[in-house]
Amino acid sequence: MDEPIIEALEPPKPEPKGLNIVVCIKQVPDSAQIRVHPVTNTIMRQGVPTIINPYDLFALEEALRLRDQYDGQVTVLSMGPPMAEDALRRALGLGADRAVLITDRRFAGSDTLATSFALATALGKIAEERPIDIVFTGKQTIDGDTAQVGPGIARRMGLNQLTYVSAIDSLDLGQKAIVVRRRSEGGVQVLRSRLPCLITMLEDTNTIRRGSIQDLLRAARAPVAIWSAEDAGVADPMKCGLRGSPTVVKRVFAPSPRAEKAEMVTIEGKAPAQIGDALIDLLFARDPKLEAVMTAPRP
Amino acid sequence: MAEAPKPPAASRAGMKKELPERFRDYKDVWVFIEVERGRVHPVSWELMGEGRKLADKLGCQLAAVVIGPKAETTKRAIKQTYHYGADVCYIVEHAALTDYRNEPYTQVLTNLVDTHKPEILLLGATPLGRDLAGSVATTLQTGLTADATELAIDDDMCLGATRPTFGGTLLCTIYSLNHRPQMATVRPRVMAMPTPDPSLSGRMVWDSFKMKEADIITKVLEFVSDNTSKDANLAYADIVVAGGMGLRNEGNLRLVRNLAQVLGGEWGCSRPVVQKGWATADRQIGQTGNTIRPRLYIAAGISGAIQHRVGVEGADLIVAINTDPNARIFDFAHLGVVADALTLLPALTEAFARRLGARALAS
Repeated sequence: MDEPIIEALEPPKPEPKGLNIVVCIKQVPDSAQIRVHPVTNTIMRQGVPTIINPYDLFALEEALRLRDQYDGQVTVLSMGPPMAEDALRRALGLGADRAVLITDRRFAGSDTLATSFALATALGKIAEERPIDIVFTGKQTIDGDTAQVGPGIARRMGLNQLTYVSAIDSLDLGQKAIVVRRRSEGGVQVLRSRLPCLITMLEDTNTIRRGSIQDLLRAARAPVAIWSAEDAGVADPMKCGLRGSPTVVKRVFAPSPRAEKAEMVTIEGKAPAQIGDALIDLLFARDPKLEAVMTAPRP
Repeated sequence: MAEAPKPPAASRAGMKKELPERFRDYKDVWVFIEVERGRVHPVSWELMGEGRKLADKLGCQLAAVVIGPKAETTKRAIKQTYHYGADVCYIVEHAALTDYRNEPYTQVLTNLVDTHKPEILLLGATPLGRDLAGSVATTLQTGLTADATELAIDDDMCLGATRPTFGGTLLCTIYSLNHRPQMATVRPRVMAMPTPDPSLSGRMVWDSFKMKEADIITKVLEFVSDNTSKDANLAYADIVVAGGMGLRNEGNLRLVRNLAQVLGGEWGCSRPVVQKGWATADRQIGQTGNTIRPRLYIAAGISGAIQHRVGVEGADLIVAINTDPNARIFDFAHLGVVADALTLLPALTEAFARRLGARALAS
């Protein structure tokens, strides 16, 4: 009966348990609301609301599920302007445990190579406390649409790269083994790999939870760690931002209308059926073989 | 590829430095040939057609890169690369390369680049190509433009890759000025399929595989084929009908499906329709969805944002139906009708059914 004695002792600091997961997220403008100035052809950014890149939410949810199942910690990490703190706070409200924002003028103008450099450096800093088991990212962002930052991080950190993952079939923390389903052309690859790994999560693979009241309250007050390039551990600023970006955008422009304007079908005084017939006549006049394509035997 | 595209860095672009010494001997245009389970992805041939034009402009060779198992299917792919214009084919064959895996493929392609030094490297913007391109570009520390919609050689003999930016509202042209190779991925159907010439042949260059299966961490346990041939094959359909927000609600997508069915075509939709949850992402047409090159494309109630435009511009004949006479879709459509899709679609479906049905009876 020595239980009470043990209880009386100073409890040892608990060893960190479970998974150490980091989810990289990006704050993006709600693309549905971007407008281009009709005359100057410049982006009208004012008043465009920002959101967490929708693809990142599938990564966040998957990370939270793993944490709920295996215990551990989910950190959300973002690079962006100071206002990107909002996106991180929203992620805390959804259940992430802590948040880190790396923000520095030196990061401005980063292309995907420079972005993966900055994020991988910050991840290295986070891993100093405790090794990271899984880094999650979304499939791509809705503003850049490149899908290149995830693979860039994996390569730089030497993580096993698992992209377009639709499901995590199993995870064995002791063995550091993971089995995932990866979307590929015409099917799904079932892959067995090892931790640490980087997973880019496919869309529509889960549904982001509603944050609990506790999480929402905590998110409002929780600190978001704000790191400069130096805090993040960047030793060589030449690898950041515009200077660290091998690509250069030389020209931004709106496409010109086709030289030949669309031929408009006259509609005045015509019933829909007549318009339909007129349109079909025009179609068949332009491409006489269309009719044969339309009536070809179907499989 | 700019993740958040920078404003045109005029000063930086203007002070274009001499290409660093170590890149001076990089030449030739390379296309990575995507062979999965014995099948060459058509985007590889589309890229060969484009690569041929770039190589001719540069006055260099066009090379294909084929990575795979030592098998009949690999041999066939190699032979075909010449039909599609390759002067030379770089080949690495090994059993460990049977299925695509990031680690060995990155190693092989990076080694080939380091050894043979191409100035341009193109890959398809498929799940495989994007997975591989990101790794290879990071390893080589070079520039990579994702989802280019146009490739051109400028006066300085550099590759300019154009792609939509700012959520598909504008286009931008991206250069990798002082790095080699200049890399880009291109989505399927963005470039036209060239006609193969079976009389052509070329040089073969083999390289050895330097890893061991035991060193490769990730293993493929299984491949589960989709086996859903009835799944949308929008990208390669001859006739496509699509609907946008002008349809006003999810139920009205039925009007689009009905017309597509009568025409023996496929149906799709614009990005906002997917964002609204009215249709699944595999039906989306535009830069971030399917790029299509049908013989006939009918867009109903679609305004014609740039990200949509770049996905459909390869169509031979574009018909736009929109209530707004100033809609941008009329800037690139061939035939236009200012009408409400909700009334015109059923009328058009009926008119087609009448005509095509009559023809079917007559024949």
